[in-house]
Amino acid sequence: MTGPTVTVMLAGVGGQGTILAADVLARTAVAAGLDVKLSEVHGMAQRGGSVDTVVRFGESVASPITDPGFADHLVAFEMIEAARQLPFVKPGGRLLVNSRVIDPLPVLIGDLEPPTGVEDVLVAEGAIFIDAEELACEAGSPKSANIVLLGALSTGLEFPLELWIEVIAGRVPQGTVEFNLRAFELGRDACGEGGACLV
Amino acid sequence: MVPMLLSGNEAVARGAWAAGALVGVGYPGTPSTQALEVFAQMDGVYAEWAPNEKVALEVAAGASMGGARSLVTMKHVGMNVAADPLFTLAYTGVGAGLVIFVADDPGMHSSQNEQDSRNWGPFARVPVLEPSDSSEALEFTRAGFDLSERFDIPVIVRSTTRISHSKGVVELTRDQARKPVGAYVKDIGKWVMMPAMARVRRASLDERVRQMASYAEESPLNRIELRDRSLGIVTSGVCYQYVREALPGASVFKMGLSFPLPAGALAEFERSVERLVVVEEADNYLESSLRALGLSPEPIGLPEAGELSPGLVARALGGDPPKTRDAVPGLPPRPPLMCPGCPHRGAYDALRKVKAIVMGDIGCYTLGALAPLSSMDSCVCMGASVGMAHGMRLAGQGSERPVVAVIGDSTFTHSGVTGLMDLAYNGSDALVCILDNRITAMTGHQQNPVSGMTLQGRPTTEVDLEALCRSVGVKRVRTVDPHDLAAAEKAVREEVASDALSVIIFRAPCALLIKEMDQPYAVDEDLCTACRLCIRLGCPAISKGEGGKAHIDVMLCVGCADCVQVCKFSAIELTGPACDIGGV
Repeated sequence: MTGPTVTVMLAGVGGQGTILAADVLARTAVAAGLDVKLSEVHGMAQRGGSVDTVVRFGESVASPITDPGFADHLVAFEMIEAARQLPFVKPGGRLLVNSRVIDPLPVLIGDLEPPTGVEDVLVAEGAIFIDAEELACEAGSPKSANIVLLGALSTGLEFPLELWIEVIAGRVPQGTVEFNLRAFELGRDACGEGGACLV
Repeated sequence: MVPMLLSGNEAVARGAWAAGALVGVGYPGTPSTQALEVFAQMDGVYAEWAPNEKVALEVAAGASMGGARSLVTMKHVGMNVAADPLFTLAYTGVGAGLVIFVADDPGMHSSQNEQDSRNWGPFARVPVLEPSDSSEALEFTRAGFDLSERFDIPVIVRSTTRISHSKGVVELTRDQARKPVGAYVKDIGKWVMMPAMARVRRASLDERVRQMASYAEESPLNRIELRDRSLGIVTSGVCYQYVREALPGASVFKMGLSFPLPAGALAEFERSVERLVVVEEADNYLESSLRALGLSPEPIGLPEAGELSPGLVARALGGDPPKTRDAVPGLPPRPPLMCPGCPHRGAYDALRKVKAIVMGDIGCYTLGALAPLSSMDSCVCMGASVGMAHGMRLAGQGSERPVVAVIGDSTFTHSGVTGLMDLAYNGSDALVCILDNRITAMTGHQQNPVSGMTLQGRPTTEVDLEALCRSVGVKRVRTVDPHDLAAAEKAVREEVASDALSVIIFRAPCALLIKEMDQPYAVDEDLCTACRLCIRLGCPAISKGEGGKAHIDVMLCVGCADCVQVCKFSAIELTGPACDIGGV
């Protein structure tokens, strides 16, 4: 399971747009001429539950799914999900975390205590934090937080910027292209050279 | 040749279209659903959702008999429903090609059980094709139509979640023109399966299986990849990808046609390798079939329950576990939940108030079993709630806590209505609640006979649920808006008190069908007394905040106002749009 294949895991909560983000990433890799596999789960698991999507790309990709210890990048749309999927990130892998907590229902209703120390663990594991919702609102809509995170991810991948822009413009709903591209740029700036989330 | 990123389901649709299929019929079920949705959008085809999988296969069988290549789609449990026509269609054979696409769900991402649909092959004596990625999903579906006509038999294309819901790069090939349908020629020896004719067709079926087994020896659907001869792996489906990932040097016999198996080629493969093993997910189907053929695969102890992965395969064959970061302890689970604004919440709130024993069914509303609604006692299969409520009453339950069945609109038309006939016919006094949200929601909003719209977007007649229930003999039928919590509670209290069979139709559209959201609400902390009544609705927008007082997440609230109705202190009030008020 070594070789040039890059494995990106996108983890979040149903409704956060992880599947669209994964699709944009996969299409960008196809546009770059690579072999790509994307694995996602629909149905009951999607209704506000944990959603994890895997995108793998390289010269030739066999498995659509991955195992703990093999993800090169984890893009977590939420901090508890970041912690939940942490074992998937290989030692030395990149851990990109939206600095937002969405409490699961058992916590919301007071049946379980909110977890403590999640942020500390993520910091200790070398996480890069980004406030995707705030940047998304700045771009024009809180719904483009997923594209902000893609922008942040893009600084760790080798696809040319034009390719990302072309794929995003062709994939997001019409009428949202402008603020999604702005969201991508804000995410990219935040995690690029000299960006706030790297300080 | 344009490389396209397609899911296995999308590829199945394109494969059927490329084969010239004219008719597609199915019932939604994760992970199979998109196959028919995508097929329905192709040029020159007819596609429909049937009320259930049995009807779907029967419609397709008629279309096949009439000369149109036909595709049927369903999830694994749907095949149980369709099994009745399946077995006899193996006898009759087909007219034009008939392909049944069935998607299994190992790991139960979205299912109530695990079933390995490869078993239908030897059970019904029909061929089973197993694609390993999206490219093969397209090619095998296309090939399935040819095989169906060549061997006069329905063909199963079996997928799993990781094939159906994984996307891969597919090079689209030239498509076949839709074949004009020829004249129908009557042939009762082939199509009327009464005993005298069926005995003849049984012999014919055995002969057709022999011919298919002979074909399997040379079929391009199976592939032998000889590499290092010290290990030979027989595998199929997505497990082939796990084997290639985990053990790229091993020799592989990749089964594309999982029934009937090529006995000769498999024996030859066993002789050409030092160690023979089988890597398969779900049942030990291939391994036991190989043993029945006299081969001796070495057991490697892979689990039959759940999904495999490249790592599991690697370790089963002696690989070292990878270095991983430690799991974070104490994380709360994140179960799926009903959406903000879900109309089911009001129905469960009412059922909870009468402490009902609730026989549940399959759909989003199954989530009513979880806290804090905690208002469901069973979930078995499509339509089971209605008959099980009757059975509960027969066992004498219901004197202290009322017995209620809860079933969705699509599930009711799938197989709940037959149960309701039983209850009316046999004099049950149970309460049946139909949660009618106008759509098949859990699988992603598919139309059904109550929706007023077909799969291909044609307006159509709606089942009149009230009239249907009355017509099977239910005297007490009433309809309420579940977002009117007081009316919902009143209806439930009155009907559980009645000593006759009754039906309450809770009718309000799925929250996700409502595109124009109402303004979100907020909690006035001065008025909130931390009584938790609103929190007990289980709305993901409402949480326990500072000092136990309620907090509403304006990003999630859709303004359904269910919580406003349960608040006794008028502490929940309208607010403004999320970004404007710093809600993020």
